[in-house]
Parts: sequence; C-alpha cells; structure tokens
Amino acid sequence: MLRLLRMKPGHGEILVAEGDVEVPEQEQELIAAFRAQLEEGMWAAVPLRDRQGRREAELVRSFEEIPRDAERVIFFPRAAGGS
Amino acid sequence: MWHFGAARAPVRPSRGRARRRRPTEVELYDPGRERLAEQRARALLRSCVNPDEWAMYSELGFIRVWGQPPKPAKAGSLGPDDRPSYAYLIYPHKPIVAYVPQTSRLLSEYCVEFADRERPYGSARLPPSDDVLAKWLALTADERQLIATANMHLAGRQIDPERMRRDLQRLAVWERERGDRAQRSLGSVLGP
Repeated sequence: MLRLLRMKPGHGEILVAEGDVEVPEQEQELIAAFRAQLEEGMWAAVPLRDRQGRREAELVRSFEEIPRDAERVIFFPRAAGGS
Repeated sequence: MWHFGAARAPVRPSRGRARRRRPTEVELYDPGRERLAEQRARALLRSCVNPDEWAMYSELGFIRVWGQPPKPAKAGSLGPDDRPSYAYLIYPHKPIVAYVPQTSRLLSEYCVEFADRERPYGSARLPPSDDVLAKWLALTADERQLIATANMHLAGRQIDPERMRRDLQRLAVWERERGDRAQRSLGSVLGP
C-alpha cells in the first residue's frame, strides 16, 4: 500500500492519495495524483533505509523512480534560497 | 474633445472589490490549529528520521546531519578515518549551519525555505517540524542540490555564533551521556 502525503502550512501532512501499486486502476490514480503534485511545484521524497539500516531519503522525479515496496512518498514545497 | 471624467471611469468597477479586504496572516493565525499542525509534523518527523536524530531534536531542538563521507562508504559503520569532515545542524525556520565536528569550527549558513505558494490559512510557512523534515529529506537525498539552491552566508549572519558554540557543546555532552547510558544498559544486560 502506497500513501502520498503532502506537508501543508497550518495543518501538517495531508493524505493526497492511497492505493496499491499492484492494482492497475489504483496505480493510475496514484500516478495522476503524483504528477499533479509535481506540477504544483512540490518535491517528492521517499523515506528509505540504507544498507546499514540508517534512515535516509531519495528525491524522485517520476512515479517510476519510486521503489515498488515504498510505503510513503512525502511531498513538500520546492526549496528556494532564503534570506 | 478630451473628457477627463470619462477617462477615469473604467477604473471604477474595482472599487467594490477593493473594499473586501483580504484577511491578513495575523488575522488568520489560529494558535490551536497551529499546535495541532505541529503535533502532526512532529509525528511525521519522528517516523522518518533515525531514533538518535529524533532524540536529539526532542531534547536539544536541532538535528545533526553528516556531510558526504570523503570516500565511498564501506560496509559497516563509519570508522574514524571515514567520518565526514563536516556536518550540518538543522533548526526549524533558521538557516542550516555547516561546521567541522572535529574542531567545532563554524563554516557557513545556508538559507533555504520551503514556501507553499498556495498559502493555506494565509501563511506559506510549514509547521516548524515539517520545516526540519523538509531540510532533512532534501539533505539526505541530495545534499548538493539543496546546498546549491540555498543562499550561502558566513556563519554568524543570522544565528549567533555563541549560541552555535553552546549548542555544539550541548550536543557533545548529550552524546557522551547517551553513550554512557548505552554502556551501562549493555553492562546490566551482560552482567558482571
């Protein structure tokens, strides 16, 4: 089961979409939701573990880059230089 | 013939709309909602970072992320020679600070923001712990990209260097005590 989450000001994360990537209709809905978030200027990160078991993340730019066993994709606003 | 009044007429329809003032960020601010948002953000942060990083954040208020190691990581934990020569401290809604762990020398501040253009509730700012998580995700996933995006300044521009040194001392003490506790609990499990 893959969950697409998005960070929101004033709210914390919201659930954008949820579904099973092995079910074609659900995968299509996840793909559409994923693309919509990127078009809104979000970055997408997948929390992972490295070989030593340490937690880290991977930025993904297309749905195909998401590992098939990933449980979550977290969307957050694109980074910009601050003051 | 030029008619001054007629020339000004087309701008009038907007008068009615101008009276409907958009609420300001301060007026939309709801402390209860912001507190709930921060609680959600803390739960999400905790579920993503390493347990030691979560403990660091909840007890000290920042997270240290190591820079890239000098050579490709080997299997197993980092040895003294493999340890990265620099690290970052991540604070909520403050610049990321790079420093040298061996000497505690401050290197630079990297100013970066994750502003939501939709501005729900009038603000583009993420809850503090979401801001920390966004920096952690971006740093651990693609350090170079984040650092290239940020505005770099000399250390001390926004965060008081004295505060930074105090935080590094607190971190050193915290790690020593944590190591001692781990040793003690290991000893009590193994027995004399």
